[in-house]
Amino acid sequence: MEEIKTDKQYSDYVDKKTPNSPILKNCFNAFWVGGLICSIGQIIFDFCEFKGLDETTCSTIVSITLIAISAILTGLNIFNKIGKFAGAGSLVPITGFANSIVAPAIEYKSEGYIMGVGAKMFTVAGPVLVFGISSAVIVGLISRLFMG
Amino acid sequence: MEKLGKQTIKLSTPVTILETASIVGPKEAGGPMAPYFDTCLQDEFWGEKTWEKAESKIIKETVNTVIAKSGIAANDIDYCFAGDLLNQCISSSFGLRELNIPFFGVFGACSTFAESMCLGSIFVSSGAAKNVLCATSSHFCSAEKQFRFPLELGNQRPPSSQWTVTGSGATILSNSGDGPYITHITPGKIIDLGITDANNMGAAMAPAFVDTLITHFKDTGRKPSYYDVIISGDLGHIGKDIAIDLAMSKGYNIKSNYNDCGVLMFDKDTQDTHSGGSGCACLGSIFSGYFFKQLKEKKIKRILVIATGALMNSTSVQQGESIPGIAHALSIEI
Repeated sequence: MEEIKTDKQYSDYVDKKTPNSPILKNCFNAFWVGGLICSIGQIIFDFCEFKGLDETTCSTIVSITLIAISAILTGLNIFNKIGKFAGAGSLVPITGFANSIVAPAIEYKSEGYIMGVGAKMFTVAGPVLVFGISSAVIVGLISRLFMG
Repeated sequence: MEKLGKQTIKLSTPVTILETASIVGPKEAGGPMAPYFDTCLQDEFWGEKTWEKAESKIIKETVNTVIAKSGIAANDIDYCFAGDLLNQCISSSFGLRELNIPFFGVFGACSTFAESMCLGSIFVSSGAAKNVLCATSSHFCSAEKQFRFPLELGNQRPPSSQWTVTGSGATILSNSGDGPYITHITPGKIIDLGITDANNMGAAMAPAFVDTLITHFKDTGRKPSYYDVIISGDLGHIGKDIAIDLAMSKGYNIKSNYNDCGVLMFDKDTQDTHSGGSGCACLGSIFSGYFFKQLKEKKIKRILVIATGALMNSTSVQQGESIPGIAHALSIEI
């Protein structure tokens, strides 16, 4: 190997030396676990519909159930193992959102309910909420102004 | 004491490493180094309510163990040098607050153990102290909480990430005793080659390791083959490879007698620790547990211990700053 003289040379060399994440394997696991979670949601939805509930109520029940399951699994220290395996597959559905709020709530309980749980609960989910709600407002405004 | 070359100090009065002690957590207890530690814990909390309290207890009990093993009274220890990774070094100061020994808090990130021993050996060699205590600790859970994400969060770690060692290492340096002796120390410079990826600490610290290594050889006139073993603190698998390449490119071949404590700590194939171990306790516990015993049993006669540290915090990483590295070397001989 040539002697490294600049930061750029070192950065290029390090990039070459550092193995990439196994993208194909990660994508495959994300695909089927994500699909499975959505299928479970669909089963709950169909069941509610079968029981004669209207569509909005069915959707709400699906969200509540999935959030509850992933919150409980987070508390039982199981969700992080699913997340490690499935990556975006468990992160992108509403399960990942629930996990990202419950995890810091558990972690920071030792700093008390106000400055710990209360203040830190949204450290991970906060950006999602801020930008999610902001873009919803912008899209809503555009829709109202230009589409009547 | 005598200064050699640019950075090295030769300790003309030999400083004996009188005794060492180590305690590690459950994951480390499942690794290949497990038989060499004094105590392996069953769980990360060790009966405490928080990770931080658990870490303080680990360093406190490691220090109690080393004092008990050394056979000298705590009153006879003149000074204590200790540090860790938690903000303002609370594990050390909280864990050692009942010790009643004058205390220096030391921060060198994961190089803290070697930094403490460098400073401690100067105190002993200069005659300012008869016995000095050096200790360090780290805890996977408290470090994750401070530097990364909550443990329960379901995310993926990249292959270059490292696993912070839960544990502690402690040692007593003395002006009496028959070795192993600290003969030279080479305090390192801060080296930053612009790595910004906090998930690739090995790459950030490897240039500092190589700089201190080569400076040590130039200052002392020694060659890599002078040492039976050269160890680095926590470069991990990737950092170790980089260090070997960088040293080779500058004309020093360390391939045959060099290893890294982050590589030694865990079994890469079964323990899912990616690039290996890291943290103050990585070198602290492995030196105290394994290499000190090898020196005592005369299986190793000369060892160059170079602890490496990444001098960043979570704010600097979020602000996109690069990660400066540091490495301090101790030459230990029997």
